Amino acid sequence: MVTVLTEAGATEVVSAQATGDDLWFAKTDVTRATGWNLKPEGLCQGDLCVPVPKANSENFVREETVNIAGFWRLLGRPALHDQAGATWMLGASASDRANALQSLEAPDFKLPDLDGKLHSLSDYRGKRVFLTTWSSW
Amino acid sequence: MWQALYDEVKNEDFMIIAVAEESRGNETAKEWLDLAKPSYVTLIDREHHVADLYNMVNVPQAVWIDEHGRIVRPAETAGSHDAWRSMNREDMSMPEESTAIAAKAQKTYMDAVRDWAINGTMSKHAFNSAQVRTHLALPTENVALANTNFRLGFYLREHGQVEEGDKFLKIAVDLRPESWNLYRQAMNLREIGPNGFAANEDFFARVDALGAGRYYPPPNIEGFPTEAGFVPVS
Repeated sequence: MVTVLTEAGATEVVSAQATGDDLWFAKTDVTRATGWNLKPEGLCQGDLCVPVPKANSENFVREETVNIAGFWRLLGRPALHDQAGATWMLGASASDRANALQSLEAPDFKLPDLDGKLHSLSDYRGKRVFLTTWSSW
Repeated sequence: MWQALYDEVKNEDFMIIAVAEESRGNETAKEWLDLAKPSYVTLIDREHHVADLYNMVNVPQAVWIDEHGRIVRPAETAGSHDAWRSMNREDMSMPEESTAIAAKAQKTYMDAVRDWAINGTMSKHAFNSAQVRTHLALPTENVALANTNFRLGFYLREHGQVEEGDKFLKIAVDLRPESWNLYRQAMNLREIGPNGFAANEDFFARVDALGAGRYYPPPNIEGFPTEAGFVPVS
């Protein structure tokens, strides 16, 4: 079993098999763990699809399994893992972040307060928000 | 720091959201919040997600967001100034002149926030779209990779793989040395420093290595002090 971390959180994937820098999933686990969907045209999220590279398709799709780490790197995104291959982080790319910022729409997030109650930035739509950071360190 | 401003503005159309970039969570944040008792929104960001989304490198930084959820000032220092670098590291005292510069920086920034809090888009400190884009600092591939390493390292630490987690935190810091968020947070995760501050000899060596260069680019606000306020260590 492998723990897959994405921006949306952690998911346990029983079918996952890590081989070096590749992470193979049962096709049926892809959506639950990543929010992406495997379709005939490739790996898709909304209107965006990454086609399976024809030249070396066996590096990405084999029978009922998908190399999710391989696809992630095709998207230009980091796919990192611990030494044992038991925990993987599928991260965001620089262009994911840059595109979001350049749209000028403030990227939304959801975080807890001290009591654990969750707040989203978008809960405060309609107000001017001074979003600031601090730390104890 | 922001409570007086929040009380003073008392405007239903204005909210402060203060995010604690605090991987230890309530353990280290609660004491400060219990003392300050802010009435605005305070959130705990253990994974430094906000710094990642908004491409921030230290605290305090701030982003101004209008009623429609649009950025009208991208991430910038929330009034910090390099003048603090003239601080005596033994007794934390500062020369009068540098204290005055740092105070002026803080006040100029606060005044700008207040003006926007009250006047909204009419404030001269709220940027138009073109100005926001000019002032936006976009992340590089190394920054994205650093943030991914940080998230993985944090998770591993949380789940008992402390040593291995620290390796990823170190990679994150090395990929993005300019981020004191990552560097000082990683230090604080290893061990909470004296008085809670992650500022050891290595940190001050990094500060000194900046030479005459500024760590905090002065925000584009009229009247914000642009003089150095410190003598570079040679």
